[in-house]
Amino acid sequence: MPFIPHTEEEVREMLEAIGVQAIDDLFDEIPEELRCGGLEAVPTGMSEMEVGQLMHRRARQDGHAACFIGAGAYDHHVPAAVWQLATRGEFYTAYTPYQAEASQGTLQLLYEYQSMMTALTAMDVSNASLYDGASALAEAVLMAVRANRKSKSRRVLLPRSLHPAYRRVVHTIVHNQDIELVELPFDSSGGHTDPALLASYAGQDFAALVIPQPNFFGVLEEVDALTDWAHANGALAIAVVNPVALAVLKPPGEWGRAGVDICCGDGQPLGAPLSSGGPYFGFLCCRQSHVRQMPGRIIGRTLDLDGNTGYSLTLQAREQHIRRSKATSNICTNQGLMVTAATIHMALLGGEGLARVAGACHENTAGLVRRLCAIPGVEPLFDRPVFHERALRLPVPVKGVLRSLAAHNLLGGLDLSRDYPELGDAILVCATEKRTDEEMTAFAEKLERVIGLQGGAPCQLQPKEW
Amino acid sequence: MALIQEQSRPGRRAVAQAPAGPVRLEGIPAAMRRQAPPALPEVSEMQVVRHYTRLSQKNFSIDTQFYPLGSCTMKYNPRGANELAMLPGFLGRHPEAPDGHSQGFLACMHDLQEILREVTGMCAVSLSPMAGAQGEFAGVAMIRAYHRSRGDDARQEILVPDAAHGTNPASAVMCGYRVREIPTGDDGDIDLEALQAVLGPHTAGIMLTNPSTLGVFERHIGDIAGMVHDAGGLLYYDGANLNAILGKVRPGDMGFDVIHMNLHKTFSTPHGGGGPGAGPVGVSERLEPFLPLPLVVREGEEYRWLTEEDRPHSIGRLSAFAGNAGVLLRAYVYARMLGREGMSRVADYSTLNANYMLKRLQEAGFDPAYPDRRATHEFIVTLRRQARELGVNTMDFAKRLLDFGFHAPTTYFPLLVPECLLIEPTETEDKATLDAFVAAMARIQEEAEREPDKVKGAPWSLPVRRLDDVRAARELDLAWRPHSS
Amino acid sequence: MSNVPSELKYTNSHEWVRDEGDGTVTVGITEHAQELLGDLVFVELPETGSEVAAGSECAVVESVKAASDVYSPVTGEVVAVNEALADAPEKVNEDAFGEGWLFRVKLADPAQLDGLLDAGAYQAVMEADEH
Repeated sequence: MPFIPHTEEEVREMLEAIGVQAIDDLFDEIPEELRCGGLEAVPTGMSEMEVGQLMHRRARQDGHAACFIGAGAYDHHVPAAVWQLATRGEFYTAYTPYQAEASQGTLQLLYEYQSMMTALTAMDVSNASLYDGASALAEAVLMAVRANRKSKSRRVLLPRSLHPAYRRVVHTIVHNQDIELVELPFDSSGGHTDPALLASYAGQDFAALVIPQPNFFGVLEEVDALTDWAHANGALAIAVVNPVALAVLKPPGEWGRAGVDICCGDGQPLGAPLSSGGPYFGFLCCRQSHVRQMPGRIIGRTLDLDGNTGYSLTLQAREQHIRRSKATSNICTNQGLMVTAATIHMALLGGEGLARVAGACHENTAGLVRRLCAIPGVEPLFDRPVFHERALRLPVPVKGVLRSLAAHNLLGGLDLSRDYPELGDAILVCATEKRTDEEMTAFAEKLERVIGLQGGAPCQLQPKEW
Repeated sequence: MALIQEQSRPGRRAVAQAPAGPVRLEGIPAAMRRQAPPALPEVSEMQVVRHYTRLSQKNFSIDTQFYPLGSCTMKYNPRGANELAMLPGFLGRHPEAPDGHSQGFLACMHDLQEILREVTGMCAVSLSPMAGAQGEFAGVAMIRAYHRSRGDDARQEILVPDAAHGTNPASAVMCGYRVREIPTGDDGDIDLEALQAVLGPHTAGIMLTNPSTLGVFERHIGDIAGMVHDAGGLLYYDGANLNAILGKVRPGDMGFDVIHMNLHKTFSTPHGGGGPGAGPVGVSERLEPFLPLPLVVREGEEYRWLTEEDRPHSIGRLSAFAGNAGVLLRAYVYARMLGREGMSRVADYSTLNANYMLKRLQEAGFDPAYPDRRATHEFIVTLRRQARELGVNTMDFAKRLLDFGFHAPTTYFPLLVPECLLIEPTETEDKATLDAFVAAMARIQEEAEREPDKVKGAPWSLPVRRLDDVRAARELDLAWRPHSS
Repeated sequence: MSNVPSELKYTNSHEWVRDEGDGTVTVGITEHAQELLGDLVFVELPETGSEVAAGSECAVVESVKAASDVYSPVTGEVVAVNEALADAPEKVNEDAFGEGWLFRVKLADPAQLDGLLDAGAYQAVMEADEH
């Protein structure tokens, strides 16, 4: 029997000790009429070899396309040591470190992780992870509404330049608590949130302003001005950032005159494979003064009975297992193993290594964009500085183009028309450090051919006002 | 052990894993850049490997110890599931890859939806919640969406038994509900009179775990379902204890309208030191339109994602993409290895192990919290007598167990049983291990009688002794700073 | 059994009230309450100038394993809070009826003190708790 060690002899001894005839007698408190049948819709069991053959076949079926999609999930190189260490049984099969003395490995690692995240973001404190970047932002919004003592408002400013999936997830998670999300439009030529435009929102009461850096289009926002505007208007500033970008961009703790209040994002670029969208992890950092409003687990350094250093879960009175209906969040299980990988990943790369990853991606994308924009009718959509990702306008409808490229095993960017119909025929492209010259050349050549086949005279798209 | 940060030396460059420099940042103005690289450790690859290997050895884990943590289902996590979920084709798939490049992955997700639907007896399943608590959130949000869709806005209250996991009330509040606790009777079943008294037109639903966190099967579940439905409320099933009834009785057949499962418990995906998990939700027919997105559908020989256009009444999305896909793949491999005949064996042997342990512990002089009830896949022992007579409490027993090489059971939960140990052996442990645990408990009992300080001072043989949690909370030290130590 | 000073008034939810004789009262949690909670690690106090209503949650006392709401025994305006607790929550454990006070309220209506428990009645509440 797979994974069940009992011999017939042992089963007999155990039943005898309990004083029943058969295992089924142990279910005598379940009303007979509720007992189910044979689960006919579940296939019969397979050996490891058989299920292995099935999974290999299916994994192969999905091919190995050259991926030029970013949009919140980035195809970075993950050093071999990361997952060899993270899948050690002692990390992989441990539970949440409730028994601190038997979990010092996980606990010290998490303390190291918190230290790395505060260094990266220039914030005071970090929690030990949330589910992903989008749900971390939802938690950050809820946290800001609780933490903002200057504002009684339950309204939060969310820019339209923020990842559309993040906006959807935040809505799903916060709207039942009567929190109103107010959408900020983006500038049609820069692709950023114009700080001047915020003047029309001054004097209204907002609990928080969300500031993505870079934003969904890869465009860099004027984070200093936005942060200062939030603080001048009694709102907390929430940064949503890419951790790899932080190796080269100004950290949120230094934005504006005072730095942001809360900082969150998705940790995927730190050692998590693309893996169809998960598991990744969400990170959440804040100023010391807000730490008691922070959701999720937090690890503290302390001493044991002999005065030796040790680590344990702390500030647990914020959490659901103690505070129940008054907890800061319902979160219990987080994304511990992904944080284990991220910690090892950051230790291997160091600050310099991470900056080089950021630099190489940025340079690769710039090179790709130059090649693609050499094709008649292809041009950048926005004129502001970007980081490692760029929105491009195509002279022909996007769907057919992407389908043709996919047939050549090229994932040629994300179709922006789904979430931004106002942008017309536009794609979002990214070339991480893993994309080779050959792949980029192939992309440019195929794109040129596909556009040519579709009779791609530049279309007469007039940017609308929005 | 020194922190990795403390092993760092400025100027050490050992980044074979990073691209070559220099870092040029074409087009990015200096004012937007960072002044200096972040202060991450500067260590060699070997230092990293040695450091984290040594750290790992300070952990208890299923791979190294018996881990009978009640309500957490710490069973063996098959290595095959890990290897097959990490095939390059799965790891390399971008979440926005077109369906044409995703048929293998989507087929696995569709199969898993179908398997979970069958084992829970529900009408439809969504895999997207990333953990049990997010599944709870999704489930309660669907209950709310359902009542709203009928214009039944007066239903503002969710009922939760006093023995429930803390996530239940916390999830209900996140969905904008008030929470009312209902009491448990002396026999471990819900107090039906107290339940009847609080049901009414304000009742949105009830959240139940069955078997309950008290380690007993709620025998009146049929009556409860009838009472709640008659009052216009819906029933939510917390799947934390699904391991106890897999292939024996299905939440859908018990009358539940919505359920979440913890795949990191019942379907044996690893806990990873705190996660990631996966908390798929299943629903009855009337809640199907509200299921969270995305969902996988099969059309002819093709699989595709369902989106907002297909499901306009969905409560929406819970993650940027499709939840914890890699965890779902592991659960799928496990489910295929067990197959239909393996499902009920999970319940059989986890229940056999729990009842056997309970019996042996009783023989060794320990008190069950519910002596007249059959244990399910877990059970509660109360050390109230030991605490009163010997001054040795549950925490002391738990810490001393660590010295014997056993992870402690769940302590002080559920809250309504004083000085409790909630013990869940799971089906993957053999009899000899259970016997050894019982022997250790008996030995600790003797120690508590003869040399109580040995128990009260435990653990003695672990990397640290008992930690000062009060100091940790009063003098917060949450991150290493270059000059902090 | 914990100390229950006879000059104070009490609530069922383990707060004590001292009449300062100038229209204000000082509020804290009882020695019994701090014993139940264990070592306090944090105290969240109301803001000076805020209005509190009798029976409403207005502070939180937190130990490692529990967090407990403090209910205002009276209605009125908060005129002072014990700032020293921010750095030294242990004062509540060490001296619950003295240096561990939580906040001071200017009474909206002095007669409301009559409805509170006296030491004897609170003693009975504590004894009932033990069973």
